[in-house]
Amino acid sequence: MRVKYVLSEVLVGLWRNVTMSIAMIITMAVSLTMLGASGLMYRQVDDMKDLYYKNIEVSIFLNQEVSEQERTELQTKLDGDPLVKDVLYVNKDEAYKRFKEMYQDAPDLVNAVKPDQLPESFRLKLNNPEQYKDIYDQYKDTAGVDEIVDQSRLLDKIFNILTSIQNIALAAAIVMAIAALLLVANTIQVAAYSKRREVAVMKLVGASNWFIQAPFVLEAVVAGLIGSLLGLVALVAAKYLLFDGSLSALQGLLSPISWGDILFIFPLMAGVGGLVSAATAWITLRFYLRV
Amino acid sequence: MTKTYPKASRPSLDNVSVSIEKGEFVFFIGPSGSGKSTIIKMLLHEVAPNKGRVVVNGKDVTSMRSWKRPHFRRSIGCVFQDFRLLPNRTAYENVAFALEVIGKTKAVARRVVPEVLELVGLGGKEHRYPHELSGGEQQRVAVARAFVNRPLILLADEPTGNLDPDTSIEIMRLLDRINRTGTTVVMVTHDSNIVNQMRRRVVEIESGRIVRDQARGVYG
Ligand SMILES: Nc1ncnc2c1ncn2[C@@H]1O[C@H](COP(=O)(O)OP(=O)(O)O)[C@@H](O)[C@H]1O
Ligand SMILES: [Mg+2]
Repeated sequence: MRVKYVLSEVLVGLWRNVTMSIAMIITMAVSLTMLGASGLMYRQVDDMKDLYYKNIEVSIFLNQEVSEQERTELQTKLDGDPLVKDVLYVNKDEAYKRFKEMYQDAPDLVNAVKPDQLPESFRLKLNNPEQYKDIYDQYKDTAGVDEIVDQSRLLDKIFNILTSIQNIALAAAIVMAIAALLLVANTIQVAAYSKRREVAVMKLVGASNWFIQAPFVLEAVVAGLIGSLLGLVALVAAKYLLFDGSLSALQGLLSPISWGDILFIFPLMAGVGGLVSAATAWITLRFYLRV
Repeated sequence: MTKTYPKASRPSLDNVSVSIEKGEFVFFIGPSGSGKSTIIKMLLHEVAPNKGRVVVNGKDVTSMRSWKRPHFRRSIGCVFQDFRLLPNRTAYENVAFALEVIGKTKAVARRVVPEVLELVGLGGKEHRYPHELSGGEQQRVAVARAFVNRPLILLADEPTGNLDPDTSIEIMRLLDRINRTGTTVVMVTHDSNIVNQMRRRVVEIESGRIVRDQARGVYG
């Protein structure tokens, strides 16, 4: 009976002030979507970092006039360098082959470049990619070296951008969460006001505090859970439309978001949505009903 | 005990000491603002004294924690001048509500609510809404609600304040009948007529002080 009473009070409560309930649910949904999105990006960026940093190379390009002897000396030095894990020598023909492969979609560009225009290079894998600077200092003045290029520089830039997008999503989630909290507090106050007579009688005859509070707190929790469900729908739609749709061209670049990832992030959204609403409602009631 | 409300210049109750026996019927009388309602609030654990102790049903409740209050209140019934009924519930539902929110089942309510409505003289009017009842009848519903849980104490703060003299006497008789079941009744009133007819213990308060405590007293 009491469970039934509490549940029917919750539904009646949400319906009584339906415009407010909708506003509350929408703000929560947006906030939780942002939270979920930044959570997904966090995993995604981690995956990508693993993948990319493991495979990055440092390229030492040789200048056009490099002599046979300079090249051999450099090779010997690199082979003996404790920082270097792997050395691969790429001659002009090899470089041209790679170039052709990379730009196979742009035949004009390929035709404009002749094999002997491309520089020879050593491609290094480092034991620790972050020690690039040491390599650079050590070899930049070596005879025959033209330029040293480190892919991790570029990756750092890309990941910086991804991290800021992620931070922006998180900040948006927090701002929307504050709006959602204020709406929850307001909705609970309105609900408590419209039930003030019942509450007064309940306090008078000795209804327990949890029994008085439960319908209000659950009202907020239900709104939070509905909000997180809408957030899940939004994430699924985003995966479907963006990643599998218009961004699928970037598939090779971005590591894919699986349905598992989204299902994994949902309990987080639902938990945050439910708990934060419950806490807000409870604190509001403590001030407002003094129970 | 002594009670000074925050920001008040003088105490609302000043060194007041009263002892009420189990099963007694006591009137608290005195002019408006003398501190009568404050005594009721102390007994309900709604306000605490600044000095002194409040003992209810043999338990010192002076420093009782607020989370224990709900359970404590279940042993006390309370009636007010303004009835405090729920307008969208019938007489039956108003009384049943008080039972159900403290965890009694619907079956228990179905058994005891008609009984107590019969006791207060509302047999046949169970399904009327408050606006379909007279003031006296509404107060009877309130008494039924206060009594349905068979409390040890019934507190009544000017229960006849909104009623005409004849209706007041009827409510008074009802409280008297409840007192005869062994329930302690504490009643705050302005109504000299009632006090004089009943000839029960009278405690008179003026500006927060007891000026008279008389068994079988009259008003004024
Ligand atoms: N919550 C309160 N805050 C401050 N003063 C109060 C409060 N309640 C009552 N008082 C003061 O305490 C005194 C006694 O009030 P009350 O007990 O309600 O009197 P009575 O019921 O005898 O008319 C009055 O002077 C009143 O103004
Ligand atoms: Mg009063």
